[in-house]
Amino acid sequence: MLFASLAAAIDAGAPAPDFTVAAADGKPLQLSAYRGKLVYLDFWASWCAPCRRSFPWMNAMQEKYGAGGLVVLGVNVDQRRPDAERFLAQVPARFMIAYDPQGAAPALYAIKGMPGSVLIDPQGRVVFAHAGFRDADRDELEAKIRAALPPRAN
Amino acid sequence: MHRNASSGPLLIAVAVLLGGCALQPVQPWEKGDLAKPAMGFAGDLLEERYTQHIYTSKENASGGYGAGGGGCGCN
Repeated sequence: MLFASLAAAIDAGAPAPDFTVAAADGKPLQLSAYRGKLVYLDFWASWCAPCRRSFPWMNAMQEKYGAGGLVVLGVNVDQRRPDAERFLAQVPARFMIAYDPQGAAPALYAIKGMPGSVLIDPQGRVVFAHAGFRDADRDELEAKIRAALPPRAN
Repeated sequence: MHRNASSGPLLIAVAVLLGGCALQPVQPWEKGDLAKPAMGFAGDLLEERYTQHIYTSKENASGGYGAGGGGCGCN
């Protein structure tokens, strides 16, 4: 019980733990439903300043690589939903948003900092986990996303 | 006998109080309430940032005072 939540960090190549969170419309959203897509999973909160910086970048990634098989999934971990909605009114998200007020999903991934992101390949394996977001991270993260995109069919 | 009878409740109280030590550390995604300005040590955020900026340069360590944002560890 004492150390139950201190799960080891997720390693690259490990299978990504599956979870179910609430989609924006309240319906359950299961991670494994996106098998076959490259999933950029991002845990964010309204009180997290770097999250505010990461949203425009995630919007750009979704727009640029969405057709190539990328799905950006922003899982909000605010305990109060109105906090998240106020944030989204200020910082619009043009990618999928889901809600996990209990924090079960970030616990599964042993997220080390906010925002915490995990790239999950089409086979459901972890490509990398990243803590925090700085503007200087943009290029490196984008390069990793591009390298992990599924090969084009044509 | 008398000693045992009186130390019983004390032992229970100690056990209960020590149980508080087993609280789990706050996880990065649970810091919503801790990130509120009211939870900071300082009354003025700008002043605290200034103080911490100086302190950081002297101590080669930063963070942990609630002035830098949401516990992302990225200042």
